Amino acid sequence: MSPKTLYDKIWDAHVADEAEDGTCLLYIDRHLVHEVTSPQAFEGLRMTGRTVRAPDKTIAVPDHNVPTTLDRANAATMTEDSRVQVEALDTNAKEFGIHYYPVSDVRQGIVHIVGPEQGWTLPGMTVVCGDSHTATHGAFGALAHGIGTSEVEHVLATQTLIQRKGKNMKVEITGKLRPGVTAKDITLSVIGETGTAGGTGYVIEYCGEAIRDLSMEGRMTVCNMAIEGGARAGLIAPDEKTFEYCKGRPHAPKGAQWEAAMDWWKTLYSDDDAHWDKVVTLRGEDIAPVVTWGTSPEDVLPITASVPAASDFAGGKVAAAQRSLDYMGLTAGTPLTDVTIDTVFIGSCTNGRIEDLRAAAAILKGKKIKEGMRAMVVPGSGLVRAQAEEEGLADIFIEAGFEWRLAGCSMCLAMNPDQLAPGERCAATSNRNFEGRQGRGGRTHLMSPAMAAAAAVTGKLTDVREMM
Amino acid sequence: MNKFTTLSGIAAPLDLINIDTDMIIPKQFLKTIKRSGLGVNLFDEMRYDDDRNEIPEFVLNKPQYRDAQILVAGDNFGCGSSREHAPWAIADFGITCVIAPSYADIFYNNCFKNGILPIVLPQEQVDVLMKDAEKGANARIEIDLESQSITTSDGEVFTFEVDAFKKHCLMNGLDDIGLTMEKAAAIDTFEAAATQSRPWV
Repeated sequence: MSPKTLYDKIWDAHVADEAEDGTCLLYIDRHLVHEVTSPQAFEGLRMTGRTVRAPDKTIAVPDHNVPTTLDRANAATMTEDSRVQVEALDTNAKEFGIHYYPVSDVRQGIVHIVGPEQGWTLPGMTVVCGDSHTATHGAFGALAHGIGTSEVEHVLATQTLIQRKGKNMKVEITGKLRPGVTAKDITLSVIGETGTAGGTGYVIEYCGEAIRDLSMEGRMTVCNMAIEGGARAGLIAPDEKTFEYCKGRPHAPKGAQWEAAMDWWKTLYSDDDAHWDKVVTLRGEDIAPVVTWGTSPEDVLPITASVPAASDFAGGKVAAAQRSLDYMGLTAGTPLTDVTIDTVFIGSCTNGRIEDLRAAAAILKGKKIKEGMRAMVVPGSGLVRAQAEEEGLADIFIEAGFEWRLAGCSMCLAMNPDQLAPGERCAATSNRNFEGRQGRGGRTHLMSPAMAAAAAVTGKLTDVREMM
Repeated sequence: MNKFTTLSGIAAPLDLINIDTDMIIPKQFLKTIKRSGLGVNLFDEMRYDDDRNEIPEFVLNKPQYRDAQILVAGDNFGCGSSREHAPWAIADFGITCVIAPSYADIFYNNCFKNGILPIVLPQEQVDVLMKDAEKGANARIEIDLESQSITTSDGEVFTFEVDAFKKHCLMNGLDDIGLTMEKAAAIDTFEAAATQSRPWV
């Protein structure tokens, strides 16, 4: 048999039909659904008299719109249109008989955090969701990617997706990370290297010692941002850490089925002589704590650097960089550590897991946030929130001056009331620094949870290594 | 779905790289439960000021481009989110063809589900079309999907590549779900076998 990559193996195990021209029907093992990209799909089913083919494999949770303030049980905390969207999901979940975690359920949270937490996401699966950060689930060695609403409807109706196979890209991070450098710094540095279109048409497999050394939480952070590098999916071969994470989760297999699953999962790795269409290698030792300065996730620099000039770039990037600098209100040559911050947001499907909160709390312990700073922690799920309270992390955040919120997507995309005002500058652990992403005119600098915590204390972009 | 066969229309130039889905349709407009009506909010934050007045410099606010049916843009168009609201807004505005050197994958696929033809051309040819588009309302660009060709207002012809299956669906306005359901037997067979070999799924 010819050698295969991990992506090849998962792909081959899920092709339900292949047409002569190579167009395939890929069978979908898990379909995750949230309130923003699904109402039109369910409506489409109703209009055509179709049903959900595999309700047992379909899991819904509202996350994008939901308020994260403690009073959210009061419907008045939601705008009318948000409320309509969440209620539509309530109704659709009930009517079509799919698994559902409503806002009132402690297990509710960001769909990409709930899926793994509940054991829905397992190695070797195909996972889709009407959300580009579905790539997160690739951390388990699953083929996971975002789809549009028409495709959501297609998967609901047929449990398959019309696909052509992508190309294979290997991103290897060799060696060890230095202190203060995290999974977020890896994934941002990779995008800085490849650009936001570098992965277009590819599925990325992340490998190498620095990736193996990451926890499952860290691996999810890395895969989460594969899409920011242009790749629809990023994945990491499962290993003992993966199996350990999955074992005992509510929807993970048990007993003999667990053993059978393990037998297959252990075959899920790229063969030594597999073919790669593209290879990118970074040395773990070379990666520094990084921040973004512009309005594209590829605008990444080590925290020790200065704001670049548009003239440092070439081609279409010159105009784009100038537009970014104007939007961000930054002057070329300014040391990044001189940039003052108004707001800190810790959360999102990129960095809203327990390890992220631990890393931020480790920096904040015994410290206060800068006077006048607005700072919030939005745990990725109700269960992450509960665990953080149990571990005493919530107290550290509250004593430091952070707001301790309920779970949701929150200020990552600012569809709920958590938004930046025009000109407000935010240190964010989320995934996109696009113009207007966190609120019209808002200015976003992406970074790791530890870096965001450090910025909250000093009121400026800060090298976290100076606070360790 | 609306068919796409030929188009002769005005092209609006938007000479920026990395035009993301938040620019195309900001999140506050994703709260709809319909597919229609988003055209008025296409490129909302670039198109209107804080008081909801049109910004006259923005290309789609200029008189000559208000009825544009084609958009010519820079590299990596549609990067970011999977929101299909982006192609919905573009189509609702009346644009049914985008021309750029490259697209983000998810956006590219979403276009075909909504009667929009996203054309990929080399940068040099996009540059020619960008200049053509800058001429305004008198410069109509012609697109023929059958022959996979674009004719500039000066009569220059470029050809483009498109996946045969996607082309077939777009030219005939076919519904993907209906097509897939014709293969229900293959899905049934696969599902039965998978349930045997991977019962935990």
